[in-house]
Amino acid sequence: MAVTKAEIVDMLFETMGLNKREAKGVVEAMFDHIRENLAQGEEVKLSGFGNFTLRDKNPRPGRNPKTGVEITITARRVVTFHPSQKLKAYVNGSEPDNG
Amino acid sequence: MTKSELIKNISAQYPQLSVRDIEMATRHMLDYLSDALAEGERIEIRGFGSFSMHVRPAKQGRNPKTGESVMVPEKRVPHFKPGKELREQVDYPENTSGKA
Repeated sequence: MAVTKAEIVDMLFETMGLNKREAKGVVEAMFDHIRENLAQGEEVKLSGFGNFTLRDKNPRPGRNPKTGVEITITARRVVTFHPSQKLKAYVNGSEPDNG
Repeated sequence: MTKSELIKNISAQYPQLSVRDIEMATRHMLDYLSDALAEGERIEIRGFGSFSMHVRPAKQGRNPKTGESVMVPEKRVPHFKPGKELREQVDYPENTSGKA
């Protein structure tokens, strides 16, 4: 079972005593602000967690995998996430620190 | 935008909460997401995207200096897949006109 906004809201309710409405608002605000900044072409850097960066991709030839028909994949802008050193170390079992 | 700017932006939206509370809430949220990933759980945020763990299996590597063969241990890497809404919002308008 995946973690969703509902679990994050419950966690804030339990650890901080924010009421459910406030907690839901704060959780949504966080993801909305990250999304809006990226939509405006601005990168988002969350120290200790990771950076959301934008990449401009050139057009390239592609192929419909079902029909085999060749098409050009248009130039596009995509979001990539780069986990911080701290997060990478943490998921590989090292102790968290306060850095 | 940095973490402190994010906190400022959320605070501006929630003047009824103290900046300190928003700061703590933000830290709790990011720690909670990190813990979930460390426990191998998927995170799915509708409209934003999902985080999952990619596992790079252990492999035979080589010390580039000495040429000595060493075992590189298995490595876990957090992976983010943007959701449809986020993907369309960051893309050039001409790619998403009429869809976003």
